[in-house]
This record gives sequence, C-alpha cells and structure tokens, in this order.
Amino acid sequence: MKILVCISKTPDTTAKIAFTDNNTKFAEAGVQWILNPYDEWYALVRAIELKEADASTTIHLVTVGGADADPIIRKALALGGDEAIRINTEPTESYLVAAQIAEVAKGYDLILLGKETIDYNGSAVGGMLAELLDAPYVTNATSLQIAGSTATIKREIEGGEETLETTLPLVVGCQKGMAEARIPNMRGIMAARTKPLKVVEANNVEAFTKYTEFQLPPAKAGVKLVSADNVEELVRLLHEEARVF
Amino acid sequence: MSVLIFVDQLDGHIKKASHEALTYGAKIAEQTGVTAEAVVVGAVTEDLAALGKHGVKKVYHVQHDNLKAFDSQVYTKVIAQVAEQSGAKVIVFSNNSSGKALAPRVAVRLKAGLVSGATALPDTANGFTVRKNVFSGKAFATVAITTDVKVISLNVNAYTILTGEGTAEVVPFTATVDAPTMKTIDSTKTSGKVALTEADVVVSAGRGLKGPENWKMVEELAEELGAALACSRPVADAHWRPHNEHVGQTGVAIAPNLYIAIGISGAIQHLAGVNRSKTIVVINKDAEAPFFKAADYGIVGDAFDIIPKITAAVKKVKGH
Repeated sequence: MKILVCISKTPDTTAKIAFTDNNTKFAEAGVQWILNPYDEWYALVRAIELKEADASTTIHLVTVGGADADPIIRKALALGGDEAIRINTEPTESYLVAAQIAEVAKGYDLILLGKETIDYNGSAVGGMLAELLDAPYVTNATSLQIAGSTATIKREIEGGEETLETTLPLVVGCQKGMAEARIPNMRGIMAARTKPLKVVEANNVEAFTKYTEFQLPPAKAGVKLVSADNVEELVRLLHEEARVF
Repeated sequence: MSVLIFVDQLDGHIKKASHEALTYGAKIAEQTGVTAEAVVVGAVTEDLAALGKHGVKKVYHVQHDNLKAFDSQVYTKVIAQVAEQSGAKVIVFSNNSSGKALAPRVAVRLKAGLVSGATALPDTANGFTVRKNVFSGKAFATVAITTDVKVISLNVNAYTILTGEGTAEVVPFTATVDAPTMKTIDSTKTSGKVALTEADVVVSAGRGLKGPENWKMVEELAEELGAALACSRPVADAHWRPHNEHVGQTGVAIAPNLYIAIGISGAIQHLAGVNRSKTIVVINKDAEAPFFKAADYGIVGDAFDIIPKITAAVKKVKGH
C-alpha cells in the first residue's frame, strides 16, 4: 500500500500569538515551530502503524512551504516516513495548498492528514484535496482499519460516532483516538538525515482567499471571585447577572 | 442571486447548528438584498416549510435512495447542482462534522473561496470579508474572499438563532445522484444526552478530581444544568473519561454559553479549546491556577465540598 501523509509546520501550542506589519502578519520572532499535532500524532503515527503491520507499505510525506519547513519534515522522517516532497511555495491559504498537493497526490492508496492545523484552523485541505482527486473523504476520524482495498473508519459526529466502510483510494482527516503519540528514537533521527527530501517547484495556482488582518480577542474584565463559603452567591450571579441558565 | 444554506440533519432531525446557519444565511441575504434559500438532502421528519421562520424563502429538498447515508463525495455533487441551478452566490454551512467534510469539497467544485469557522456576518460594504477564529481561538482573522461564488462555514454556537414569522416554499429538487462510495455500518450515541459541541452549558473536570470514581458529583451537576460533560487532556489520556470528552487545542473546541471548569489548572492548550465560551467559571483549590485569569467567575476551594453545594443551589434556583 502507498500512503501519503500531508504535514504542516505550525507554531508550538504554547507559542505567544502576536502580529506585526500593522496586524497583517503573524509575529514569527522567537516562535518554536512544530509538526502540526493532528498531522503528527494521528495521521503520521497511524500510517506508521499500518506499515508496521504490512512491511510492503511505503509512507511518503508532503508539505507546502519554504526551506524553513525542512526541520519538521526531518522530524516526520525520523518518526517513520520513507521519503518526503516539499512543494516550494508559501502556504498562504487552504485552496492553494490543496491544489499544490493534488499535483503530487495521484497514485496513492491512502492519503492521511490531521483534521485541521492548529494555526489557521481551516479544516479544509483534506476535503479540497479529496474533491480535486474525486476521492471519498472522511474527517474527524478516530479509527482506521484497512483490509485489502476496504477501509473501515470511525468518525465523530455531534453526540455520537459512526462506523463507515469505503474503498481505497481515500482521504482521511485524523483526530484523537486514531493513534497514540510517539517520539522519534535515535535510530530514526539518524536515518532521517539520509532519507530523500525532494523539493519541487510550485505550480501556478490562483488563491481564492486572502488573510487581510489579525486581531487578538479583547482582554477579559477579570475574574469575580466568590467565597467558598458562599456557593449560592455564585449560582445567583450565573442566574441573574450572567443569565447563563 | 441568492444565499443558499445547507441544512444538516441526523436521523431526520435538523441539527441545532443548522438553525444557526439558517439565521446567519438569511441575514447575509438581507444585508446584500438577495433571497435566502436552503437545501435539505435526504428524508426528514420535520416540517421544512417551518424553516421560513429563520428568514429563508425557499427550501430545495433532494431525496434519492443513494442519499440515505452521509457521503461527502455524493452530497457535494448534489449541493453543487442546487447551487448552480438556483444561482447561489454565497453558500453557508455549519462548521460541524458534516460541514467540515462538505464545505471544502463544494468550494472546490464551484471554484469558490472558502472561509471556515466564521464567527460574524461578512462585511460586504467593500469587497467581501469574513471574520474567523484562528490559532485555536487565541486570535481572529479577517479573510477576503476574491471569487465570484463564496462559501462560508459558520462556527457552532457563534450566531444566535432568530425565530420570527414566515413559511418557506418547499420545492422538490431532482438531482443527478451518484452511487454512494460510503456505507454506514454502525452508529452509536456517546455518553451524555447533550452533544458536547452543540451544548449551551458544559461542565468539565480535570485531574483535581483525583480519579474516575469521583465523577458522579460532576455528572449530577451536569444533569441539573442540562449540560454536556467534558474533561481535560490528562484525564482523557489516563482513560478516566472517554477521548470524545477531551476539550482543548488537540481535542474538541467548544463555545458554550457557560463553561464550568472543575479542578483544571488551565494550561494554554486547554484554554485554546474553550476560550470562546461566553461565561467561564473556574473552581480550583489553587488560587494561582492560570485558569482564573481567563475566567469570569471563580471559587478558590475544594471541589469535593463545592460541587454538591452548587448542584443543590442550582436545584433551588430552578425551584425544585
């Protein structure tokens, strides 16, 4: 089986969120970059598990980005990807990213990615890619089993879970439950240095949207503390002041 | 020219999030001087004409044997046909489980720009810009859509449902429908009566509860408030509670009217999943817990002592 895992570089989950250039750009100074947790913990690790169960499986990685994405690609290779493709252009919006990936995504049996990235929260690339490839797509997936060309997938829906059956090729957006996070071992890190990382130039794709401005949410007015001996006062405030129940 | 709203349903019942999307879509139509129309895919048990109360004038209803189970590939082609034939310029989805699968596909099919996770009405005075959450709720972005047709998915609980007078015309729509590639073989309800992502009130607990055996008091409070249950990541990782209750940056992101956090310190990753809640209450024995900085109301004290008292007080306020 040939698996493609789409990965993204995102700011660390604890990164300070600030903006520059008149609030039009994310302030990257001092930010630690990580592999998007959904791509890493769920999509990539599930791909590795499938490969462990069937040694003939290959895992290719793809990302859209500049050379500054290379460290996170090496990390994904250290975890267990076989080779990687970096499409050399800035990932400015979902459609552009999906259209670039679609160019290299043909011929795979299974395409895995996180259900969203933790920076722009678009949850759109997987669906767009599936439509460009005319493939089935399941997102919010919590489990994926493959038997021959049949895939059995669980997905989370409002207040419940569905089990679906479909055939490969297939695109799956992964979330918690899919696999347990791993850390790369020394052997993986050493091997990753020599695994192929192919850089390809981007196709000319027209973006459909543009981020024009960012804003931080207004600061909270401050917490109103109620004494532990006066619990009824808290309930009164919630009922009469905040009117939330 | 119209605004088309996709109405999502489960087992024939229209989801709450769709009523939000209908209200939101009707407002966009009003703002841009066009009509609001809706599309319903598959059989429903509810009266579709009643959707007019949110301001939609027409409801296209597509029924076909191939549409019994949700299949994003098949549904997308149906929705695109309705959008094209009705001349829709803006298509609205809810950013819920169905919308996340459909909105990106429909956008590609219609060569439309997509903004997912919108939190406010678009600004149509000069171009077309939509405000959305980014960085897992830690910031907002304004995004311009530059294509002729536009797709927006509205965040759940981001827009208040308005119900007025009005009846919509229900129009059966005959679409070309592909054979499904997806088969639903099982469907289960997860614990709790209220869906976490749609809940108005969420009661959430963390490691401060010391063990899964202590959840009974949390469940009782949730029951009394008609709330959904949630938990922090360490609690889900330790298998004290199911994964689907984990809220936070890498779990479920929610935006209820009231979020009560019990024994959760409030790590930045947890806050990212809940900071869109309108009112946050924190109960923690550690006065230095970072969560208090993000809270509206708080009690410093022992959850084991306080929670049963809150439940009793809520009971009293509710008059029983």
